[in-house]
Amino acid sequence: MSGLNLTADKVVDARGTSCPGPLLETKIAITTIPIGAVLETISSDPGTKADIPVWANKLGHEYLGTVEENGYWRIYVRRKK
Amino acid sequence: MAGKMTIMMWSGTVDKLLPLSIITTGAAATDMEVTIFLTFYGLLAFKKEMVKSNQKYSKDFEELIPLVKDRQKLTNGYASWYDMLKKAKATGKVKIKACSGACDLVGITKDDLDPIVDEVVGIGIYIAEASESQVTLFI
Repeated sequence: MSGLNLTADKVVDARGTSCPGPLLETKIAITTIPIGAVLETISSDPGTKADIPVWANKLGHEYLGTVEENGYWRIYVRRKK
Repeated sequence: MAGKMTIMMWSGTVDKLLPLSIITTGAAATDMEVTIFLTFYGLLAFKKEMVKSNQKYSKDFEELIPLVKDRQKLTNGYASWYDMLKKAKATGKVKIKACSGACDLVGITKDDLDPIVDEVVGIGIYIAEASESQVTLFI
């Protein structure tokens, strides 16, 4: 997703962790930022980019988009509750 | 919204304990309440001396065991099903219960089990919890 211009309030670097590591890291981290703030999860696990949008939807957070880098992904979620 | 998952853990081999930890972690990360019931070989895998030393794998795919063991050494997070489950438990969403009948059958008590196990209960508790779950699994 090019043109995604976001500044994260917190970054979780979960590269090197297998599924479901990045998801759990995301879940733990989102409770540490204020409502309305943006969390960026960096993951090298290809499952995570599909997992986090579904996860965010289920928990009532806002999935903002994913930026693909070389061998990993930056995934952005806004805490909504 | 979040829901509930109940898992009957009958198996005690590493190749089934690892998926138990992965599924439990995914559910806990999604705010589901997870209850794991331990019976038979699943119960034995949670004995104090077994949680870290268990090297049993299913015989069904015996030829794959060396490959899986090699990959486990390389893949961060898959080395220990026990450590992963402990992390999932730290969310406060996961309860692990041992089946009292199975404890009787193999002659063990709560003291023989790793502290990750919360309590010893009867099948009535499993039925009650499974009845109110959206997801139930037998592994």
